[in-house]
Amino acid sequence: MPPAADPVTPDGLAAPVGLRTKDLLSIGDLSVDEIRLILDTAEAMKEVGTRSIKKVPALRGRTVVNLFFEASTRTRTSFEVAQKRLSADTVNIAASGSSVVKGETLADTVRNLEAMAPDIIVVRHQSAGAGHLVAGLCRARVINAGDGMHEHPTQALLDALTIRQRKGRIEGLKVSIIGDLLHSRVFRSNVLLLHALGAEVSVCGPATMMLPDMARFGVRPTTSIDEAVEGADVVMLLRIQLERMGGYFFPSLREYFQLFGMTPERLERAHPDAIIMHPGPMNRGVEIAPEVADGPYSVILEQVANGVAVRMAVLYLLADERQA
Amino acid sequence: MPVVMAADQVARSITRIAHEVVERHRTLDNLALIGIRTRGVPIARRLAAGLHEITGTTVPTGVLDITLYRDDLMRHAVGPQPVLRKTDIDFSIDNRRILLVDDVLYTGRTIRAALDALIDFGRPGAIELAVLIDRGHRELPIKADYVGKNVPTSLSESVQVRLAEVEGLDEVVIQDATGS
Repeated sequence: MPPAADPVTPDGLAAPVGLRTKDLLSIGDLSVDEIRLILDTAEAMKEVGTRSIKKVPALRGRTVVNLFFEASTRTRTSFEVAQKRLSADTVNIAASGSSVVKGETLADTVRNLEAMAPDIIVVRHQSAGAGHLVAGLCRARVINAGDGMHEHPTQALLDALTIRQRKGRIEGLKVSIIGDLLHSRVFRSNVLLLHALGAEVSVCGPATMMLPDMARFGVRPTTSIDEAVEGADVVMLLRIQLERMGGYFFPSLREYFQLFGMTPERLERAHPDAIIMHPGPMNRGVEIAPEVADGPYSVILEQVANGVAVRMAVLYLLADERQA
Repeated sequence: MPVVMAADQVARSITRIAHEVVERHRTLDNLALIGIRTRGVPIARRLAAGLHEITGTTVPTGVLDITLYRDDLMRHAVGPQPVLRKTDIDFSIDNRRILLVDDVLYTGRTIRAALDALIDFGRPGAIELAVLIDRGHRELPIKADYVGKNVPTSLSESVQVRLAEVEGLDEVVIQDATGS
């Protein structure tokens, strides 16, 4: 990376930078400049992960609570690694081992945690708006790590970082998002972010998994996977969320794979340098063929590596008391 | 807005520091320069060029961002938070003599942060410090080994180093922070 100068005003003083928002609940909370600031900061954070001592003192003495009401391996581990690399003290609370099983409400749990004066609370919950509820109850800064079918902002940010690293830009790229759109918070956060940075987004999935008001998102919907992949620079696959499916959305997993599964043959329609993304966890043989998941165009593990850097950036930028 | 150093004086100071470095070291084989972002970086590069001109030795040069080591992240300091940028040290600092380079030495807190950061990268044989301007008012027991110019200042003044690589010209000026 060439040495870029800090932004400087004519009188030689550094221009004010930082996040205006107290919490990160939705990509909609961020301006385009703030999204770029997070991605640029994450680029610098990646270097910390390459050192032999992967730790910096930036959040020394800060307490971060990870409050996870839903199963998670990647996101929770990624947040925890990010916090430890910044020297924060972390506390992990999973719903299964907490007072939630005794009947305590989310609001009461948060009020009790707030009484222990944490600086940042990272929350994942099965209900949309849980992050907003928590943020309204406490002084601590709140990061939404996934709320029901609503949003997952740090996932969209790490996806954007991965695309930017591979493609050098996001503006003008053709991004195709394929799979279970209806249940996907990853889709909702990504479409906001990709549009903010000027990408062209098309979506594809079974008619039963489209949102009824797809037009509101400003995306091009199709039920033909060949049409969706045609000329795409980025193909983003979404997981079939069996745990969120109350009814029947398609006859069988095998049929889903036959109609919407990403195979090497289908990928041939994409741009020759196209990249394949998946937020994980993958259902191999359902939304993605193993040859594609492990193929040369797959950046799925780069996404995971970038997740740590993006979360370090968000934690670091939110922790600065002088902003907001 | 008094100019305390013009372009030719900046160039001469850096050349003189290069000569002092050569004079003080039997060999430059074990030396490495590390510039502190932002303006320590171009000064370190110019010093490296000077050392090469005098001795023919190419001294490895790295870039250090100390933002994550600052002691004022959580405090209501005067300035805005600087943007975090990449640290780039592509050589081992173990047992090397490191010459840290910065533009202005003031409270010493930046250098304290830089020392902490460097020690996370390894165990240098020794660390020295070169600055273009020493303006006094130290808050920590830190002293520079090489100084371009000592500039007595009052606390209400600010010293601005401008460099061709960043601002398009070389110059050092003193401003009164009250704006007069």
